[in-house]
Amino acid sequence: MTNHWIDIRNSDCILIMGSNAAENHPISMKWVGKAMDKGATLISVDPRFTRTSSKADIYAPLRSGTDIAFLGGMMNYILSNNKFHKEYAANYTNASFIVGSEFDFKDGLFAGYDPKKKKYDKSKWAFEKDGNGVPKRDLTLKDPRCVFQLMKKHYSRYTPKTVSSITGTPEKDLKKVWEPYAKTGAADKTGTIMYAMGWTQHTVGVQNIRMMAMIQLLLGNMGRPGGGVNALRGESNVQGSTDHCLLFHILPGYLKTPRASNDSLAAYNKKWTPKTSDPLSANWWGNTPKYSVSFLKSMFGEAATQENNFGYSWLPKIDDGKTYSWLDIFDEMYQGKFKGFFAWGQNPACSGANSNKTRQAMAKLDWMVNVNIFDNETASFWKGPGMKPDEIKTEVFFLPCYTSVEKEGSITNSGRWMQWRYAASKPPRGCKSDGDIMVELFEKVRELYETDGKFPEPIKNMRWDYVKDGKFDAHAIAKLVNGYFEKDATVKGKSFKKGTLVPSFAYLLDDGSTSSGNWLYCNSYTEKGNMAARREKKDPTGMGLYPEWSWCWPVNRRIIYNRASVDLNGKPWSANKNILEYKDGKWVGDVPDGGWPPMSNKEKTKRPFIMKPDGVASVFGPGRADGPLPEHYEPLECPVPKNLMSSQRMNPVAPVYGTEADAHLSCDPRFPFVGTTYRVTEHWQTGILTRWQPWLLETQPQLFVEMSNELAKLKGINNGDMCKVSSARGKVEAVAMVTGRFKPMTVQGLTVHQVGLPWCFGWIYPKDGGDSANLLTPSTGDPNTRIPETKAFMVNVEKLGKRRA
Amino acid sequence: MALTRREFLKWSGTAGAAAAAMCLGFDLKPVQSYAADLKILKAKETTTICPYCAVGCGLIAHTKKSGKLLNAEGDPDHPINEGALCAKGAALYQMTVNKNRMKNPLYRAPESDEWEEIEWDDALQKIAEKIKETRDATFTEQNDNGQVVNRTTGIAHVGSAALDNEECWLLQGIMRAMGLVYIEHQARI
Repeated sequence: MTNHWIDIRNSDCILIMGSNAAENHPISMKWVGKAMDKGATLISVDPRFTRTSSKADIYAPLRSGTDIAFLGGMMNYILSNNKFHKEYAANYTNASFIVGSEFDFKDGLFAGYDPKKKKYDKSKWAFEKDGNGVPKRDLTLKDPRCVFQLMKKHYSRYTPKTVSSITGTPEKDLKKVWEPYAKTGAADKTGTIMYAMGWTQHTVGVQNIRMMAMIQLLLGNMGRPGGGVNALRGESNVQGSTDHCLLFHILPGYLKTPRASNDSLAAYNKKWTPKTSDPLSANWWGNTPKYSVSFLKSMFGEAATQENNFGYSWLPKIDDGKTYSWLDIFDEMYQGKFKGFFAWGQNPACSGANSNKTRQAMAKLDWMVNVNIFDNETASFWKGPGMKPDEIKTEVFFLPCYTSVEKEGSITNSGRWMQWRYAASKPPRGCKSDGDIMVELFEKVRELYETDGKFPEPIKNMRWDYVKDGKFDAHAIAKLVNGYFEKDATVKGKSFKKGTLVPSFAYLLDDGSTSSGNWLYCNSYTEKGNMAARREKKDPTGMGLYPEWSWCWPVNRRIIYNRASVDLNGKPWSANKNILEYKDGKWVGDVPDGGWPPMSNKEKTKRPFIMKPDGVASVFGPGRADGPLPEHYEPLECPVPKNLMSSQRMNPVAPVYGTEADAHLSCDPRFPFVGTTYRVTEHWQTGILTRWQPWLLETQPQLFVEMSNELAKLKGINNGDMCKVSSARGKVEAVAMVTGRFKPMTVQGLTVHQVGLPWCFGWIYPKDGGDSANLLTPSTGDPNTRIPETKAFMVNVEKLGKRRA
Repeated sequence: MALTRREFLKWSGTAGAAAAAMCLGFDLKPVQSYAADLKILKAKETTTICPYCAVGCGLIAHTKKSGKLLNAEGDPDHPINEGALCAKGAALYQMTVNKNRMKNPLYRAPESDEWEEIEWDDALQKIAEKIKETRDATFTEQNDNGQVVNRTTGIAHVGSAALDNEECWLLQGIMRAMGLVYIEHQARI
């Protein structure tokens, strides 16, 4: 979230799309409700009429996987009716930038497409630059090659009629959504978007979100209270685990994972430190070397020296251009390319797309380790449905761990608040905390490398002074994540002694004087104490920022890009939306996104989007794998033979895997219905923590397939009947839940039915509770992130008989 | 006197107890509330944050002197949830106090159809040996282009979104020190 949960109350119009907040983030609705009490409009757009929809002022259905068409239509509406916030768009976004003459878009393809490699040459989308290397601009937004005009042309194709024919949303319902949302383009209004996996889990996931971010920018909703782009994250610390980058492509604090071609620290820093020629751009990532060297000092401590490039060669490198993502892991595991595997607090046998492939892949391992609180379909995969234990060689270790109330440490919520938890209850004998498992395991590995072994340096040199007597210490690591002065140093006129905690990332250095495990968290645990543990409920702005309750990254800034919440003179765009104001030569309110004066001070100012090399937000995004402007493509599996927007049926650069477990069938009469997956309030993710709890299991005991009255009639299915749901990859048995929440839709003149299944069940428990809905989903995904496309796929539904007693 | 909501609830609980003593036999509600209060009357209160979704609701965990968890409920002082919880959060107690929890490390041998119990030290020692054996056998110092990569492609890791930040940092640290590049977690799916 660029904003945070409480801030939803400051909104005038809330669009919930790609999320069912009322059931999956129930407490968020408290703040939606408070906004509605003050007159805000709530809009729900979803294939199914959910509990969120039941609270909404306006509901519109759409076919799963067609969000870009829906929002492309909204963009067209905003641009052709002049509903955008012109001053904001011209000054704070790249809408005014002139795009180079090589850029083009024809029949679903942007310039630079290589059909053999299924890749774009992105240099064709570059901006035109002046003699100083600064992008050329036309602040009147009239130049036919400026981003604004190119966007206007691109989205003029998304007429209500075409959009309706793609999405299945009745034309009248489209306008019912577009009109009120577009009204937030007025300077005194803000609108917000709440989205979740309903947007990310598509072959166009990134562009779904970009499409909305562009709308937010043109309406002037970014950086402002009641605005923003707000991802509702589904796990208590998935924000923190992302910030600490347990992901192949990034190191803690979103630093890039070194590529093989980055053959030295200098080469790494040169490659990944963006440059700007614009004196008005802060280009904050220009500080990359300070953060990368401080990270290396946290990893390797005193062993990291100037002479050995701070141990840079000890970090593993990935090959340029190759991906090592979740989908790649299970594809390669399925082909027998891995020997060992850790599933640490995760249940991939149910959670990822195409569970049959995942489960068969694990049978090809030599060994695997699963750390969890309860038994689960991953740990026990070898005795699951269709498995022959006597043919499976995988050695499996199951390690039981503590629950959240049995250990101490912090977690970061969706609004970036880092909140401290304490050990409340005594853990059962026989379990260990995850932290202690890590410490003990690594100490054993290190012991083995004392005598011999390949390339032992990183193992031997890993910093370990935060471990005391073989025990994990959350405070000691939280301090290391914040960072220390590793020697006496003077920064910005202030002197610091060796061993002092660094007050904020503005004080980090690139010469080895400082450590910081994650620069984004520098300022979270300082000489003033553990900021995440704070519980002061002061609200000086009256806007619900609570700056002394816990701590949030970066530097306790509660709304990021907040200098875009003010006009060029530093005054809030509207007085009733004041979180930050430039008064008497200083900023008052939230922690400003940089302390420079507002834009009217042309000498000293910096543009507000400080993380972007040009200092402005990118409505035109020349860095994405699948194009600078979102374009509608059909999912890998869809019910229609063609894409009405172009002859490119699906995203031309989306990854498609080729094993026999990757079957996919689009527009095939054997699988005529659109399938999607979702969650229920009573279970969490694959259900592995909740299915074992009697209270919760009683309320949601087994897998169901939800369908419309019309589809049930067509298939002779009654509410409560057992059904088989199948796709090209697998099948599940589920109880029919026949409701009026799904309705057949008209798409390209055809009647299209949709069904949905929750993915919180699995074969291990309860008995006869049904298996994972991910047995049905395909292992393809977004070309930028490789998040699997589990929200739109094709299935069949057949009646099996009456429900078992 | 300025009372926080939580203090107010405590005070009103005491008042409820007095009422209960007077009305016994006529209205069971105050008695039930008094009984609930008694259960946690001398319990230790510890604040915590819900382990499910990322709204980050606050809870108060009540524990006995022995360390046994008695109860967990919404923290009325927490500015996000103001004491409210969803069905999962409200059932938090049962994740911890649950007879279905696994309380011993388990080992499944190749081609076996059953789990066997294993001591912690043995389990971790065996895993460490597997790591070393696999790492040494698959370690790549240079890729096909002759570039230095110093990695192992024989081991993959997934998971961490349910761990604490400090555990996440350490986990990425040890995995990277061991040379893993296939490191992924819930954020990717």
